[in-house]
Amino acid sequence: MTQTPRTLYEKIWDAHVVAERDDGTALIFIDRHLIHEVTTPQAFEGLRTAGRRLRRPDLTLAVPDHNVPTNHRFEPITDPESVAQLAALTRNCADFGVELIEMNDARQGIVHVIGPEQGFTLPGTTVVCGDSHTATHGAFGALAFGIGTSEIEHVFATQTLLLRRAKTMEVRVDGSLGHGVTPKDVTLAVIGETGTGGGTGHVIEYRGPVIEAMSVEGRMTVCNMAIEGGARAGLIAPDEKTFAYFQDRPRSPKGADWEKAIAYWRTLVTDPGARFDKSVVIDGTKIAPLVTWGTSPEDVVPITGIVPEPASFADPTKQDAARKSLDYMGLVPGTRLEDVEVQNIFIGSCTNSRIEDLRAAAAVAKGRHVADHIKQALVVPGSGLVKRQAEAEGLDRIFIEAGFDWREPGCSMCLGMNPDKVPAGERCASTSNRNFVGRQGPGARTHLMSPAMAAAAAVTGRLTDVRQLMGAA
Amino acid sequence: MDAFKTLTGIAVPFGAKNVDTDVIIPARFLKTIQRAGLGKGAFATIRENPDNIFDQPRHKGAPVLIAGDNFGCGSSREHAPWALTDMGFRVVIAPSFADIFSGNAFKNGMLLVALPQEQIDRLMEIAETDEITVDLENQVVTTPYQDRFAFEIDPFRKHCLLNGLDEIGLTQAMDKDIAAFEAKIAADQPWIAGAAKAA
Repeated sequence: MTQTPRTLYEKIWDAHVVAERDDGTALIFIDRHLIHEVTTPQAFEGLRTAGRRLRRPDLTLAVPDHNVPTNHRFEPITDPESVAQLAALTRNCADFGVELIEMNDARQGIVHVIGPEQGFTLPGTTVVCGDSHTATHGAFGALAFGIGTSEIEHVFATQTLLLRRAKTMEVRVDGSLGHGVTPKDVTLAVIGETGTGGGTGHVIEYRGPVIEAMSVEGRMTVCNMAIEGGARAGLIAPDEKTFAYFQDRPRSPKGADWEKAIAYWRTLVTDPGARFDKSVVIDGTKIAPLVTWGTSPEDVVPITGIVPEPASFADPTKQDAARKSLDYMGLVPGTRLEDVEVQNIFIGSCTNSRIEDLRAAAAVAKGRHVADHIKQALVVPGSGLVKRQAEAEGLDRIFIEAGFDWREPGCSMCLGMNPDKVPAGERCASTSNRNFVGRQGPGARTHLMSPAMAAAAAVTGRLTDVRQLMGAA
Repeated sequence: MDAFKTLTGIAVPFGAKNVDTDVIIPARFLKTIQRAGLGKGAFATIRENPDNIFDQPRHKGAPVLIAGDNFGCGSSREHAPWALTDMGFRVVIAPSFADIFSGNAFKNGMLLVALPQEQIDRLMEIAETDEITVDLENQVVTTPYQDRFAFEIDPFRKHCLLNGLDEIGLTQAMDKDIAAFEAKIAADQPWIAGAAKAA
């Protein structure tokens, strides 16, 4: 009997079903639980109140990232609520036997950067974390998604979640990418195409020649923003690049286990003939370096374009949203994006803080200087190990000589939850993932873009087509 | 979670309609590390008035809250049922409840009773002087004056509440399945276990 062809998502799902229930839900086993300081305190409290133990500390890894300051790291933190959350994480990990990578450990970093870096995230695993950007880990063929506090507690106590199977959506990126076009532009282009609700109820599998040609770090950037497209998870089939990435990572399989793991991982592909519930095809050759103009990640436009006229949208609710966005962003329709001045630069976040991101930004910054009127230009590595690697390559010198501020790892200016914020009314060229109202601080105006584009904006002081600074391809 | 069978106690005749989660627990109380203690922030805006209904001596620690239509609308914050529980409420009686709040309340062991407005009005009146009884087993709210108001509840939720089963407790009842799955994974994929500490 031949088996029905299955998608990658269906294979991982099937391999994790502990039990199925009559109501269409299934109890799914969780292989990897990453935790941080913000969404876990009440879940630990719940365990304590009910007198429950944490079932699998050996599958649980903790790291503080959201609240940590990215400078003056050895001085006391001033925000008392951040202090309380960080102290609670330390105490809870000690009480429940959870491995904690502490704030000043060289391996500390953004939870979605350190998971794969430590070889904790692996192909074919289910990965959860109390953070919506857990989708990032899908880049390695892991089924990874964000969960709420009650679900965290459920995983703590049972190492499972009660879930309903998602629909499947294929996003195929054909052709190849042009000069100066990066994975960030690909993921923004996808959201621009499908809208922020396009993936709702689905798990996206990204495939096609552009995805296959992409580095694993680039794939992380693409999967990271699956959630901005409405999908709780994004997936990319693991391949030789993925296997090479995990070889000799601290927590990845070794010896005979490694051979066995690779043999299993090679089966993690969508079978020929498998059907997706929805399919989107994008021509990679048509993607330009993109920036956002509004307050939703779907508000993308090529850097060579203009701020759109709200009336140009067919949908009346979108017209209204565009008017509100432009008002908040302080932009006038018809303005060339390249004429928009910025005051702040943020290169970092779980979207774009890995070594390749820093190399791309440094290549633009090298031999240039941050424009005089720029108030803050932060480069925040995704982890202590990324920072060390960048310093070994001399990238820190390039950034510092160009006038950037070289920081310690953390979530930083992505979310306005720690001291790094964009002041009200000011603009930020940011490599993060959300341009929501107030995301980078009350009144902050965010333009999302790639690391190379953010570096270009830093040196010119306005939104800039990085291709003009890159010379011939 | 404590089982819920029958409860007799003081009810707070609050009665307001469209009480949203920001009224139940304002956003400024959310950056906390505990569920317990949120009762202090519950209905904070209303309680700025010293004569408010919640802080009257008779209502301190009352287990039943009577409210108007669409109780719990607004955000998905689980802090709303946490705050109500921390104030002492175990039951909310209202003509209708918001969906997400309803799910969150159930997850946290709270019983929501939906009754028609005229019955709510009657209970509001009685609550001023007498205790009321909520009998989950028989799905009825009664008063010392022969009132009997039957209510509907999802059979699964009723089963969970009667037996003190929360979702975690229910899943833990499937421990054999989980243990069998863990054993299978340990054999097939030995690299899964122990990874957090393998560095």
